Amino acid sequence: MQLKKLVWKELFERKNQVFTGLLAILLGITVIVAIKNITFYSEKAVAQELDALGANILVLPKSVTLENYYSADMQGDEFPEEYVSRLAQSNLQGVDNLSPKLSVPVEMQGRKFTLTGILPKSEFQAKALWQAAGIFSRPQGCGTVVAIPGITPEQPKETLVRTRVIESLSDREALIGADVAASLGVKPNDTVSLVGKPFTVAAVLPQTGTVDDSRIFAHLHAVQQLAGKGRVINVIEIVGCCDQISKGLVPKINGLLPEAKVVTIAQVVDTQIKTNRMMSNLSTVFLAVIVLVGGASIANYMYGNVHERRREIGTLMALGAGSGFVLKMFLLKALILGLAGGMAGYVLGTVLAVVLGPKLAGIIVLPMPTLIIWAVVISVIIAVVASYFPARRAAHLDPCSTLQEV
Amino acid sequence: MLKMETVTKAYNHRGPSLTVLSDITAEIPRGDFVSIVGPSGSGKSTLLLMLGGMLSPSSGRILLDGDSLYDLGPDQRAALRREKIGFVFQTFNLVPYLSALENVQVPLFLGGMSEPDQKVRASALLERLGLGDRVEHKPSELSVGQQQRVALARMLANDPSVILADEPTGSLDPETSSQAIAFLEQVNQEGRTVVMVTHDPQVAKRAHRTLRLDGGTISYERPSRAFVSVA
Repeated sequence: MQLKKLVWKELFERKNQVFTGLLAILLGITVIVAIKNITFYSEKAVAQELDALGANILVLPKSVTLENYYSADMQGDEFPEEYVSRLAQSNLQGVDNLSPKLSVPVEMQGRKFTLTGILPKSEFQAKALWQAAGIFSRPQGCGTVVAIPGITPEQPKETLVRTRVIESLSDREALIGADVAASLGVKPNDTVSLVGKPFTVAAVLPQTGTVDDSRIFAHLHAVQQLAGKGRVINVIEIVGCCDQISKGLVPKINGLLPEAKVVTIAQVVDTQIKTNRMMSNLSTVFLAVIVLVGGASIANYMYGNVHERRREIGTLMALGAGSGFVLKMFLLKALILGLAGGMAGYVLGTVLAVVLGPKLAGIIVLPMPTLIIWAVVISVIIAVVASYFPARRAAHLDPCSTLQEV
Repeated sequence: MLKMETVTKAYNHRGPSLTVLSDITAEIPRGDFVSIVGPSGSGKSTLLLMLGGMLSPSSGRILLDGDSLYDLGPDQRAALRREKIGFVFQTFNLVPYLSALENVQVPLFLGGMSEPDQKVRASALLERLGLGDRVEHKPSELSVGQQQRVALARMLANDPSVILADEPTGSLDPETSSQAIAFLEQVNQEGRTVVMVTHDPQVAKRAHRTLRLDGGTISYERPSRAFVSVA
């Protein structure tokens, strides 16, 4: 005979009571695990969606109207390139990439296209000050890793369409949009003439379905020189971390660049913010419910159990059990109930999330093993805290009245 | 030796104070076999529980082997019960979800004995009481007489020097009752002190001495025939 065997046998003796006592906490944990699981994958899905859009924040001159998100830089207004330095040297969290651009109209073979100047990332990293204190000096959390020249292999230039930045681009290189390449019949390594200057085609970009398909990209400083406009740009595209956008990245950028207009893909981010807020509120509500209802249910069950076992407790005391032993006996039982409730709740909640996730949120939900720790810890804390007072009452029972033999 | 020095017990449940025991003074030497008789409500079980360290007197002292029980803390009294006292109850008070063997193991486990040793000792006790083939049975699967024998085995588990029996034959038929008393006589002959509360005059006669409680006091203390013959 050992304490745990005594507790275990008693639990099995009253299986139905144990189950009903545990039901509230089990259901609470189940629902909360399901919500947390679905929320996690929902946030991930939205973040991926946002990432797939490429730049999700635009910094534009104040006067620009935003009729078309993808051609907002085509309205002729400009602001100083120095804004890029301000951004890059700031300590803003959640800026994965930024790409300053200057767009000017050009004519090639009698057709009109847009020549867009971009600044390759190598130029950001070449600036020691930016590396030491700026936004690229720390790890980034949204999947974009800062390249270290000479160590990290350079990404193909075609990734520009998604990441919005490229690692390097020389003054006489150009990247050609898919539609431009098709209509002019140019291929990589061809030479094209832009405003009378020869440029080598470094890459033909894949089709994106956006205005980028009808653009030609070249080094920002080369375009500024060709356009004769000095160090100005008309947009900074930012790939912002979805989480940080919902935590207020846009107003922070606005604070840094008060002379500019900062916009984001409002619907997507709004949806994300609302979904996150709703899920977070739901989790909080359920946590409160589980603490109250689950705790009350366990406490009620334990008080009933103590009352039912008064004679047994009195007998154990007559046989030499001290109050500490009785307290331990009930708290061990609470611990076992908490463990069982947490683990069963995790399993049921995970099954619920995996089954209902695709139906409710239209996303694939996978089990999250880390949630088991959370579920078990919450469940055990509730069970043990709720059982403490009934256990204390048992430990301080008057053995004489329990034996009912006076 | 068990000793009561001017022991009084009063209850204050709803209304005026009710004195159940008043200035009881008595000595029960080691190896004695005492029965306590008296009408219902005379304080027999109260006295027994006080002797077992489970109910403090309102005044007076109770000493076991020179230790004043109620000058000890609750946990020290629990330890003393584990070491020196064996209880047996009218309704046996077996733990319903434990087997006969496990019920006898309980005092051994509380006393800190290892599980294999508990099993050996509990099996030997059940064997001694003729329950060797019932060790795995739960109380609900045993007859009343068998349940009482399990309770007697449990009483002896920690090899106590004092046995406190509260109406040990109250739920038994005459034959089983006689066997139970014979067992108490047997353990008394082994040198243990036995204090037994009973309503049954025939059972009371089997003790060495009889204390009669009436109106909260010992009205007479009579040596039984057995005690006289021993003396």
